[in-house]
Amino acid sequence: MTDTVTAPPETRRPDIAEARVRLSDREGFLAWIFLVPTVVYIVALVGVPFVLAIAYAFSDVTTGDPSYDWAGLTNFNRVFEDDVFWQSLQNTFVFTLVSMIFIVILGKVLANILVADFRGKWIVRFLVLLPWTTPVALSTLSWKWLLHSIYSPIDWTLHTAGLIGSDHVYWLGREPHALIAVIAVHVWRLVPLAAVIMMVGLLSIPKDMDEAARVDGAGYWRRMFEITIPLTFPLIAVAALFGAIFTFTDAAVVSVLTEGKPTNSTHVLASWSFQRGIDGGDVGQGAVIALFLFPMLLAAAVLILRAVRRMETL
Amino acid sequence: MSVAVEVKNLKKMYDGGSVNAVDGVDLATDEGEYLVLLGPSGCGKTTLLRTIAGLEQPTEGEVLIDGSVVNGLPPRVRKIAMVFQSYALYPHKTVLANIVFPLKAEKIDRAEREKKALWAADLLGIGHLTNRKPRQLSGGERQRVALARALVREPHVFLLDEPLSNLDAKLRASARDELKRFQQRVGTTTVYVTHDQAEAMGLGDRIAVMDHGRVRQVGHPVDVYDHPADTFVATFIGSPPMNLVKHDGTLVGFRPEHLLPDEIVRGERVMMPFHIERIEYLSGDRHVYGTVTGLGDETRVIARLPATVTVPLRADETYEFGCEMEQIRFFDADSGERSSPIRLGSGP
Amino acid sequence: MSAAPGIAAPEVSDQLRRHYARRHLIGRVSLYVVAIIAAFCCAAPFLWSAMTATKLNQDLYPTDNNPLIYNKAPTIDHIAYLFTDTDFPTFVWNTLWVGLAVVAITLVLGVPAAYSIARLGRRWSGPMGIAIFFVYLIPPSLLFLSLTRLVVWLGLQDSTWSLVVIYPTITVPVSTWLLIGFLKALPKDIEEQAMVDGYSRLGAFLRTVVPLLFPGMVAVVVFAFTLTASEYLYALSFISPTEEKVVSTGVSMELILGDVYKWQELQAASLLVAVPIAFVFNLFLARFISGFTMGAVKG
Repeated sequence: MTDTVTAPPETRRPDIAEARVRLSDREGFLAWIFLVPTVVYIVALVGVPFVLAIAYAFSDVTTGDPSYDWAGLTNFNRVFEDDVFWQSLQNTFVFTLVSMIFIVILGKVLANILVADFRGKWIVRFLVLLPWTTPVALSTLSWKWLLHSIYSPIDWTLHTAGLIGSDHVYWLGREPHALIAVIAVHVWRLVPLAAVIMMVGLLSIPKDMDEAARVDGAGYWRRMFEITIPLTFPLIAVAALFGAIFTFTDAAVVSVLTEGKPTNSTHVLASWSFQRGIDGGDVGQGAVIALFLFPMLLAAAVLILRAVRRMETL
Repeated sequence: MSVAVEVKNLKKMYDGGSVNAVDGVDLATDEGEYLVLLGPSGCGKTTLLRTIAGLEQPTEGEVLIDGSVVNGLPPRVRKIAMVFQSYALYPHKTVLANIVFPLKAEKIDRAEREKKALWAADLLGIGHLTNRKPRQLSGGERQRVALARALVREPHVFLLDEPLSNLDAKLRASARDELKRFQQRVGTTTVYVTHDQAEAMGLGDRIAVMDHGRVRQVGHPVDVYDHPADTFVATFIGSPPMNLVKHDGTLVGFRPEHLLPDEIVRGERVMMPFHIERIEYLSGDRHVYGTVTGLGDETRVIARLPATVTVPLRADETYEFGCEMEQIRFFDADSGERSSPIRLGSGP
Repeated sequence: MSAAPGIAAPEVSDQLRRHYARRHLIGRVSLYVVAIIAAFCCAAPFLWSAMTATKLNQDLYPTDNNPLIYNKAPTIDHIAYLFTDTDFPTFVWNTLWVGLAVVAITLVLGVPAAYSIARLGRRWSGPMGIAIFFVYLIPPSLLFLSLTRLVVWLGLQDSTWSLVVIYPTITVPVSTWLLIGFLKALPKDIEEQAMVDGYSRLGAFLRTVVPLLFPGMVAVVVFAFTLTASEYLYALSFISPTEEKVVSTGVSMELILGDVYKWQELQAASLLVAVPIAFVFNLFLARFISGFTMGAVKG
């Protein structure tokens, strides 16, 4: 038995021959116009300033006299003669390397905590994200207060426990304490970020691979080192590199925590560049100092790209 | 024969008791047997398998392997090996490293480990692939690596979770054959999960048909096919499924291959007028779709005529079809369970 | 080869089970211990801030007092002072509206750009995607001098608007990268269905993709806002007048009168900003993860 199908109401639809291709159909055009504003914006406000920064390094521009005059290598010479520059260059590398080690190890531990299931995990997640989500200037201020030369509760606790005498530990006023403090703040701030990135890696391991390893007899540590870490290695590398970049290019932590003290010994390239270029008004010198950030960043960029490529081949 | 794997009154509940994944299962395998857990998605077969493996803990009941209760013991001490649906090969390790991996937990030295791994690889015919990585292998080759990895620890039980599902349909038949031959050669007790009834019929020494967390029937494939315990088993096994016609409070069942034209059916039989709607030609058989009357309620049924039956048939016509009395099964219409035969009208 | 015996006799098997039950317990306890230590370490400065912000001066400053307890009753005076006697509300207001403006610009630029790269695959789409990511690696500490000159040239120095113009250089690259990830996770069928049903590519984009991308966009909004609120260097370089400052620079500069740090007010300010941001960020954590995964894995 077949039913007769009732015909739909009559509507006038254009014939195929009459169809026109409008601008909103042309994908090539759309692809281009969707992207152009962003590209123009980035080129204008990142590309151009980047080139300018290099140009300034060779100029005599100051905030008092903004006219551009070629100065050759004068700025470079002046910068190199200054001991603070070399100290800040060394600091930048030392802070970055030491921080990176701690960030990766502690970040991995924290990543494992973040993916685990336990009561109260929401509170732990919230507390653990605080260091990174807080504006850096403000979290650094909290540290400055925590390490205050007179009112630090750490001093009081150590003193009450009998571990130190009546003298206060001048955390931020002495080397090497100040250097350690800067590293501590960087590590504290960036471990959550590293943990979140590594968490992504942990979550992307298929569940049955971990189960197969369990059935195959691998205990916790063997699974960690033979299965989990090799499989998440690209993301561990990404986390390490992000951590390195943020530490390397940081100006905020040093500026707020120590202001470069004691006697400019805790400056990094970024903060010293700021002091010379903005506070001091010497744009040329500031540009030279900041320029030394570039080679490291280029290396980091290439390494990140390689890590991402490796992820895709797995 | 000694028992290899046994579960007693096994229950697994989720969500505080609202979901009964496994609802009271009692099963025991003979040593060296190939037992298939068959059922639709969500019937609890995979949960049951994972509980035997130790990847899940039962809410109630016991799991015994080789006569010892293993509840609470982690998978690695249960002397089992498992093959997952995705094979779960370690992508960053070579084939050889994959096979060697389980041996690292045992106290044997490196040379010994490699020897064993190569033995397993050769047994499965992949000795030439040991230096490749999983992504360079075909689906069938990956299955063999997974089996070699399972074999190398010489477990007492193999647990396989739908390992053929990820293969192309064409590959599945040959992979199935390989699996069966492998198991017969090695002789290890195997528990195998699948939703494909053809696979189950082809592979199993015995089949356990499961639905909603319970085992409906356990038996040899022929028994389960010929004497289903209830309508679920009757319609789940066999393709096309068994025809069921309601007759008062009873369901009368007969398989499509037993519904034949008048001229063919002999002996004690039940006849029914069969109005044909359409005919499909499949691999030499004719699948005839239509409705029967006279036996009970008017019901749509399927008849499967082999190529040797050449009686001419046309759509939109009614013919007399019959079924041998011996092949008819009876089920209670309410519970679906097998019931005693009843008197049906129509003689020879 | 070992003559495989049964696993164990019942008593040994019992022992084994208790052994494993104990190990499981130790594992759980270790997890909790490490989690608590981690949470404490991360929150310690803030816990200290919270305590001191609510302490009376007479409680806090005498060095004989135990700083870890309230020797006198807690007070909200300092918090109130923050709102009544300082420019803190102005800073917060500035941060808020700059944040929202920057987020809006980020979405307007980023969503189409991400769509272009993710869906309208041209030859240059792949390299363009990578290029955008690399831009993110050029830090403010390299560009701030030239940008300061640029801001002066645009006549925006000392105005909060300079931040609205410049901050997207920080948020757009990484937001586009995240959005590409979210887009790749959306099934193509729905757009293609819309196009077959009579919409142009643009129409399909507006009607199907944008609504489905909504959760991803919200995640990007939260992330971009966090980046904006946290920024310090540009805000410090471009703006000096107090009433134009944002929370980042205002709190660290303006609440300090010469050598006198109003510590309790500072800590209160820090907390009042930190907690809401962390709270909202936490809500969207799962969303970020999926975006990162898609963006990273699919390239």
